[in-house]
Amino acid sequence: MDNMQKQELASLTLTQAAGLLAKGEASSSELTKLMLDRIAASNNNAYITVNAEAMAAAEAADARRREGGSLSPVDGLPMALKDNFCVRGMKTTCASRMLENFVPPYTATVAEKLADAGTVLLGKVNMDEFAAGNATDTSYFGPTKNPRDPKRVAGGSSGGSAAAVAEDTAYFTMGSDTGGSVRQPAAFCGVVGLKPTYGRVSRYGVVAFASSLDQVGPLNKTVEDCALTLSLIAGRDPRDASSLPNPVPDYLAGLKGAEGLKGLRVGVPKEYMGPGIQAEIRENVKKLIADLQTAGAIVEECSLPQLEYALSAYYVISSAEFSSNLGRFDGVKYGYRAKSYDGYDDMLRRTRSEAFGDEVKRRILLGTYTLSAGYFDAYYLRAQKARTLIMEDFRRAFSQYDILLTPTTPVTAWPLGTAFEDPSKVYAMDLCTVSVNVAGLPAISLPWGTDREGMPVGVQLIGPTLSEDRILQAAHGVEALSLHNYGEGRGQKGGGVHV
Amino acid sequence: MSDYKAVIGLEVHAELDTASKIYCGCTTAFGGEENTHVCPVCLGLPGALPLLNEKVVEFCIKAGLALNCKINNYSRQDRKHYFYPDLPKSFQTSQLDLPICYDGYLDIEVNGQTKRIGITRIHIEEDAGKLIHGLTGTRVDYNRGATGLIEIVSEPDLSSPEEVYAYMETLRQVLLYTGVSNCKMEEGSLRCDVNVSIHKEGEPFGVRTEMKNINSLSAAKAATAYEIKRQKQVLEEGGSLFQATLRWDDAKGINYVMRVKEHADEYYYFPEPDIMPIVISPEKVEAIRATLPELPKARQQRYKEQYGLSDYDANILTVSKALSDLFDQAVAECQGPAKACANFIMGDITRLLNEEALQPEEVPFGGKELAELANLASQGAISSSAASKVVEMLFQPEFAGKGPKAIVEEQNLGQVSDQGAIKAMCQQVIDANPKIVEDYRGGKKQAISALVGQVMKASKGKANPAMANQLLEELLGS
Amino acid sequence: MEITKETVLKVAGLAKLDLTEAEALRLAHEMGKIVEFADKLSEMDLEGVMPTTHAVKMENVFRDDEMQPSYPREEILANGPERDEACFVVPKVVE
Ligand SMILES: [Zn+2]
Repeated sequence: MDNMQKQELASLTLTQAAGLLAKGEASSSELTKLMLDRIAASNNNAYITVNAEAMAAAEAADARRREGGSLSPVDGLPMALKDNFCVRGMKTTCASRMLENFVPPYTATVAEKLADAGTVLLGKVNMDEFAAGNATDTSYFGPTKNPRDPKRVAGGSSGGSAAAVAEDTAYFTMGSDTGGSVRQPAAFCGVVGLKPTYGRVSRYGVVAFASSLDQVGPLNKTVEDCALTLSLIAGRDPRDASSLPNPVPDYLAGLKGAEGLKGLRVGVPKEYMGPGIQAEIRENVKKLIADLQTAGAIVEECSLPQLEYALSAYYVISSAEFSSNLGRFDGVKYGYRAKSYDGYDDMLRRTRSEAFGDEVKRRILLGTYTLSAGYFDAYYLRAQKARTLIMEDFRRAFSQYDILLTPTTPVTAWPLGTAFEDPSKVYAMDLCTVSVNVAGLPAISLPWGTDREGMPVGVQLIGPTLSEDRILQAAHGVEALSLHNYGEGRGQKGGGVHV
Repeated sequence: MSDYKAVIGLEVHAELDTASKIYCGCTTAFGGEENTHVCPVCLGLPGALPLLNEKVVEFCIKAGLALNCKINNYSRQDRKHYFYPDLPKSFQTSQLDLPICYDGYLDIEVNGQTKRIGITRIHIEEDAGKLIHGLTGTRVDYNRGATGLIEIVSEPDLSSPEEVYAYMETLRQVLLYTGVSNCKMEEGSLRCDVNVSIHKEGEPFGVRTEMKNINSLSAAKAATAYEIKRQKQVLEEGGSLFQATLRWDDAKGINYVMRVKEHADEYYYFPEPDIMPIVISPEKVEAIRATLPELPKARQQRYKEQYGLSDYDANILTVSKALSDLFDQAVAECQGPAKACANFIMGDITRLLNEEALQPEEVPFGGKELAELANLASQGAISSSAASKVVEMLFQPEFAGKGPKAIVEEQNLGQVSDQGAIKAMCQQVIDANPKIVEDYRGGKKQAISALVGQVMKASKGKANPAMANQLLEELLGS
Repeated sequence: MEITKETVLKVAGLAKLDLTEAEALRLAHEMGKIVEFADKLSEMDLEGVMPTTHAVKMENVFRDDEMQPSYPREEILANGPERDEACFVVPKVVE
C-alpha cells in the first residue's frame, strides 16, 4: 500500500470503511494498524493513551468475520473514546494529574456497547481537565492542536475526539457534552458532532462533570456515520436512572439528502445572530438560510428571549454540580495523593491543590461559592428557575418550528495560547451551545464552509426532546447542500489536514 | 436553684433491614471481611451512578405511618457536602427540604403518664463507612458505607433523661414491629444524636449542645442526665455555654467536646441530579399502610381487654415483637387461660433468653409448643417445677424437634396425681418428721408447707402439691 | 458582586484547596467577573416559577432490593494511594 492509498483508506468514512470490510477488501487489522501508525506519527496530541490490545481486538474481529460471525456492520472498525469514559483495566485520566494513574475496575455502558458491536478501541483521547474548558488547553497532558491549523486550538472539552476524527486517526470517536463539549470542537475541527437528548445515551461510567447537563455524544466524519454511531449507543440503561425508556428509532431510515429539507420549518433565533457572533459566521449562516429556502424549507427568524440568561444559568448550575462531583478526589480511594503532609486535612488540601489545574480549581470555587449559605437562593435556585423558563421558550419555539438553526460557535478556532482578558470572556464562547444542555435537548453541529482564513464554521441544528431522527435528517440535507457548495472532502473546503 | 427546664430533641438513625445497600446491590450484612461488600457505586468511583433501592423508600413510608406521619407526595434526594474519609463521594446523599415523612408523633409513657412527642420528619440517607483508628493511621472500611438509613427527627418535646429512655425504647419497639430495622444497637443499627439545652421558665431557650452517635438506651439516658447537670453547673457558676458537638464516653460516664459547632453553612446542599424525584401516590401510601402490623399500643389494649391481663403484663409481653407474636400464637392454640402462656414468656423463657444471651427472635420453639406446655401445666399433668425443666430442655439443642408432651413422657416428668401413691408418700413423710408434725398439731398450721416440701422432694417434684397438701391435712387431722 | 480575597480564601477552605495570597487575589478578580454574569439572573422575573432540577421528566426510577456480588477486594483497593491488605489508610483522624 503506498502512502496515497493509505491516506485514502484513512480518510474513508465509517460507513465506507464498513463497506470495505463487508466486501473483504480490507481487514480490521489493516485499518487498525493504519490508525495506530498515524497516531504514532501525529503531532496533534489527540491521544492520551493508546490501547495495547487494539491489534489483538482487530485480529479477533477479522476472525469473526472470516467465520461469518460479525457482531455488527461496524465490527472491527477502529475508534477512540474521550478519556473520561471508564474502561476496565485501561487508564482513565480525565486529562488530570489527579487521575494520571487511575485504572478503573469497571467499564462505561457506552464503551461496553461499542465493544459488543465489535468496534476496536484504539485508545483514549485528550480533553480539557475533567472536561472543564472549551479548548482542550487545560489538559495535564498538553493541548490538542487543531488538525486544520496546528497553531489553533481544537476546541473542547472533547478536543481530542474532534481532532482524531479530523486527522483520520479514528473512524469515529466518542465525546461528552455538558455545554457544547462535543459540538464546539466538532465545529472547530470541521467534523460532525451530536449531543443527544439528556437521557438518550447512558452516562454510566463516564466521569461526571455536571450530572444534570452531561450527555454522551459521537463525533463523526459525516451525518450518516453519526446516525449509525448513535444507533449503537442509544437506549435505556438500567444502571443510569436518568436514562430514557423510549424506543430507539432507525436513525438511518430518514436520511434522504436535500430531499429531507422540503417543507421543513426552520426557526433562526435572533439571539444567536447578534453582534456577539463573528461576522463571517453570520454570513455563512445567512448563506445556509438562502440555500435551505431554495431546497424547499421554510425559514424564519424567531426569538427566544430567555436565551439571554442561558449562559448565566449554565455556569451557575454546571459549576455547582462540578464542585460537588469533584469532592470525591480526596487522595483516599484512588488518584493522586500529595507526597508530604501533616494529618488528614492537610493531606486532603495538598492533594487537591497539587493535582487540580487552575481551571478546575476556579470552577470548584465558583460552584462552592454559589452553593454556600446565603448565596444558594441568589444563584443556584435562580438558575434552576431560569432553566424552567428557558425550557418553556424552547417548547414554544418548537410548537412553530421543526428545528432551530444557529451558529455552533460565536467565533472560529482561536490561536493556541490566546490570552483572554478574564475567564468570563472564555466562558462567553459557549454562548450558542449551553442553552441546549440547560434544556436537555438534542443538537448537532456540522461543518458549513470556512472563515476567510480557512477555519471551519459549524452550524447547529437543535430539535425538541428525542428528535434525534429529525435533526439527523435535516443535517443530512444540510450536508448535501454543503457538498454542493463547498465541494468534496466531507463538506470541508480544501480538506487538507496536518497530521 | 434547680428551676431549669431541659429541652431535648433526638435525631435517631436506624439502619434499614434491606438485603442490599441503598444505591447498589452490595449486601448490608453486618461484619464480613473489610472492604468485601464494596463495588464502584458504593466506593464512589468516578462515573458510577446510584440507583435507589425501592425498599428503602417503602420502609421509610412504613416507619412514617407507624409514627403517625404525613407522607410527602413529592420527595427527592439532596447532596449534603462535607469531607471525611468515611464518606467516599465527599457528599452524603440525603434529603433536605422534601423528606419522605413529616409531622408525626410518638406517645411514650413515663411514670404512668402518657406524653406525646412530635416527630418533625423522617428521611432516607446513606450510612458512612467505618474508620478504624490505629496508632499511626486510620484504616477505612467501606462495607457499611451506603447502607440505607432513616433519620427520625423529633421535636424538642422531651424534658428528662427518663423521657429520652422511654422515647428510644418505644421507638425501637415500633421499628422492630414494623420490621424496617433490626435495631441491633450493639451493631450500630440504631444510633441517636441528643440535642440538649436548658432554660428557666419564661426565658428563651438556652444554648444547645449535641451528643453524637450514642448507641445504647442507657447511654442515651446517662449522657442526657450528665449533660443537663453539666449545663446547670456551668450556668449556676455564672459561666456561659457554647454550641458544641460532644461525644459521650460510656465507659467513663462523661461527655467531651468533639468540636465547637460548625457553622450551618459548612454543609452545602443541592438536589441530587442522579436520582429522579420520588413521587408517592395516596394509593401507594394506603397499600403500605395495609401491611402495617398491629403496633405495641394496640396489642397491649387487646391483651387487657381480650385476656384480662394487667397493664404490667401487657407492657412486658409487648416489649419484644417476637415474644408478643409467640404469645399470640400460643394463645390461639391453648385451651387454658392466656395468663398461663404469658407467665411462661415473662418467667422461664425470659430468664433463659437472658442466661443464654439470646435475642427474643431466637426462642428455639414456637407458639404450638408453648400452648402444649401451658395445657399440660393448667391440666395439672406437670408441676410448675417440671414445667420449668421442660422449658429448659426446649432450649437445649438435643431436644430439638421434640414437643413438651414428648419430653415429659421421655423424661418421666409427669405429675403424680395418683391419690394412693401420694397418700403413701405423705404417710412416710409424717412418720419421718415427728417434730414438724408436733408443731402442726400444736397449732403452727404453716408447718404443713414444710411437709409438702418433703413430699415434693420425695417424689422428685412430680407430686401434685395441692393434692399433697390436702392429703396431709386429712392424715394429720384424723 | 465584588468578591474579596477573604471570600475566596473562605470558599477555598470549604472546597479543601490551598491558595497562595497571589492566587487568592487573582481568583477574587476572576470570580468577580464570572459572578458578574451570573448576577444577570437577578434581572429575571422568577416570581412563581418552579425550579427545574432534572432535565428529563422522569420519576420513581428504582431498583429492586436484590443483592449483587460485590467486587473482589484487590480490585477495590487497587487504586488506593495508601492501603494495607484489607483497608485504605489515611493519616490518623482524630475525632
Ligand atoms: Zn456497592
